[in-house]
Amino acid sequence: MTSTPLKGSDRTAVGPLADGTGTAQTVRPSRTGRRGRSAPYWFLVPALVLFAAFTVIPIGYAIWLSLHKVKIKGIGLGSGAREQVWNGLGNYTDVFQNSEFGHSVLRAFGYGLIVIPTMLGLALLFALMLDTPKARSAPFARLMIFLPYAVPGIIAALMWGFLYLPSVSPFYYLLDKFGLPQPNLFDGGNLYLSFANIAVWGGTGFNMIVIYTALRAIPQEIYEAARIDGASDLHIALKIKIPIVLPSLVLTFFFSVIATLQVFTEPMALKPLTNALPSSWSPLMAIYDSAFLKSDIYGASATAVVLALATFVLSFTLLRISDRYTREDAA
Amino acid sequence: MTALTLTADATGKTAKARRTAWVPTLVLLLGTLYCLIPIAWVVIAATKDRSELFSTFSFAPGTGFFDNLSELNAYRDGIYWQWMANSVFYAGLGALLSAAVSAAGGYALGRFAFRGREFIFKLMLAGVLVPSIVLAIPQYLLLSKMGLADSYWSMLLPSILSPYGVYLVRIYAAASVPTELMEAARMDGASEWRIFSRIAVPMMMPGLITVFLFQFVAIWNNFLLPYVMLADDTKFPITLGLYTLLAQGASQPALYTLVITGCLLAILPLIGLFLVIQRFWSLDLLSGSIKS
Repeated sequence: MTSTPLKGSDRTAVGPLADGTGTAQTVRPSRTGRRGRSAPYWFLVPALVLFAAFTVIPIGYAIWLSLHKVKIKGIGLGSGAREQVWNGLGNYTDVFQNSEFGHSVLRAFGYGLIVIPTMLGLALLFALMLDTPKARSAPFARLMIFLPYAVPGIIAALMWGFLYLPSVSPFYYLLDKFGLPQPNLFDGGNLYLSFANIAVWGGTGFNMIVIYTALRAIPQEIYEAARIDGASDLHIALKIKIPIVLPSLVLTFFFSVIATLQVFTEPMALKPLTNALPSSWSPLMAIYDSAFLKSDIYGASATAVVLALATFVLSFTLLRISDRYTREDAA
Repeated sequence: MTALTLTADATGKTAKARRTAWVPTLVLLLGTLYCLIPIAWVVIAATKDRSELFSTFSFAPGTGFFDNLSELNAYRDGIYWQWMANSVFYAGLGALLSAAVSAAGGYALGRFAFRGREFIFKLMLAGVLVPSIVLAIPQYLLLSKMGLADSYWSMLLPSILSPYGVYLVRIYAAASVPTELMEAARMDGASEWRIFSRIAVPMMMPGLITVFLFQFVAIWNNFLLPYVMLADDTKFPITLGLYTLLAQGASQPALYTLVITGCLLAILPLIGLFLVIQRFWSLDLLSGSIKS
């Protein structure tokens, strides 16, 4: 049994996930003797126990909560006055009638439409520039552009929050000096740009490194051959490099979409600085709001489950599309 | 553009002799500038006292850095340093345990063929997709039933397992631990545990350091988990501590200088960490080793 090739063992992970950092690496299962047959399970025990305790069980509990509600007996005082009762899909119908949550999802999409193309476009641009053989100061720039990754999101948001405050910001100082109009960065549509800028600042470097790593894995001989054929650096970038790193781009896009749905830190950090921000601005804020501020853990759980399902559906659709795309590309 | 489209007629051996490509260099320097602006600002703003913060030009250094520092030290009997110590504890221990768990799990998935391998792997990877709050709320409720909410455990335990770490070690183990070596050790009668701890772990070390650093940063930067789990501010990590400080500062801008100085001191250790260990950290390592 142990020597039977496992189905799918030539792939390290689902779809493009494998290609991001893996670069076509195949896993060759070793032919373990009879003695070592239980060994892999022992090695997996700590990971599986933690996975069960902190992922599987909490998800199960959230689903259970989402199907229940609290019934208050009598005047609602005393320890026996509150009772959990079955509520079927009642909480779920509430989720879809709750316009607050719907609006928060729309806001997240609007925010994602700004963040994702900007961030990934910059990451790809920087990665390609780093990979240009004649670029000066590339190692320095690579480190500096990656540096924001070391800054906690909340602290990045606090720093930018101060830079958006007219009384302390150098940008407003300059606008003032040149007599230019001074936009309020904490208001209406500008809020999206303010949040987006923080996310782009924090995320570009990481995505740049992922793409750059994929670029570095391309054998140099390809370029030599292309140069002999008279291709310029620009041609090489557009016709060779970008198509080859496409799986990495798909990967970074995929994770950016998930991160967008979960935006929480930036709006939370700027909340103390402005009154224009509703406490349910993003989906996660809306869920936190209903769970802990409105003390409705049942409704919050249903909303969270809906968000998780939406994330799954979105992820698998994206993986499907990218899988088909990369396969056609390879054929 | 001309610099970009210049064909490289040199042979590639003499990179230094070639002409500088100005467009890429300029683009990279602009990117560097964008990334450094907030950091430069916070360094300078931390030197200003309260009146200077609102009155002088943003990039003109002030005179109040040491006053700010001692004020931060004095704030609520130095709770700021308690937050820092908490962050070091959560991130340091959590990342260490995470690297250990990823090492064992990733090694099993990368170097053994066994029933259920792909299922276990895909299931764990799917865990990445679950929104953090979907886990955080029931984790909080379950931990509070066990009396562990608002404790060091409530922050530490959920931070250990990193599906991404397992994924990384799996790739790394498959690329860096030769099956032949494992077989040879088995022939010599070494136990599986010995093979793992004496042969595989040293060979996977660069990958494990990468996992450690990733998880260290992830835990250090985490805001949602402590925000949900902790209520007692002596257990706060630095991220949550600074946030509550700013939330109070909204009503009293006098606290702004404290928040700014606090931000600077909070990012210095991580930036220092990055600069010191970037030779381990550089992700070329991963692709480099896989290429060979």
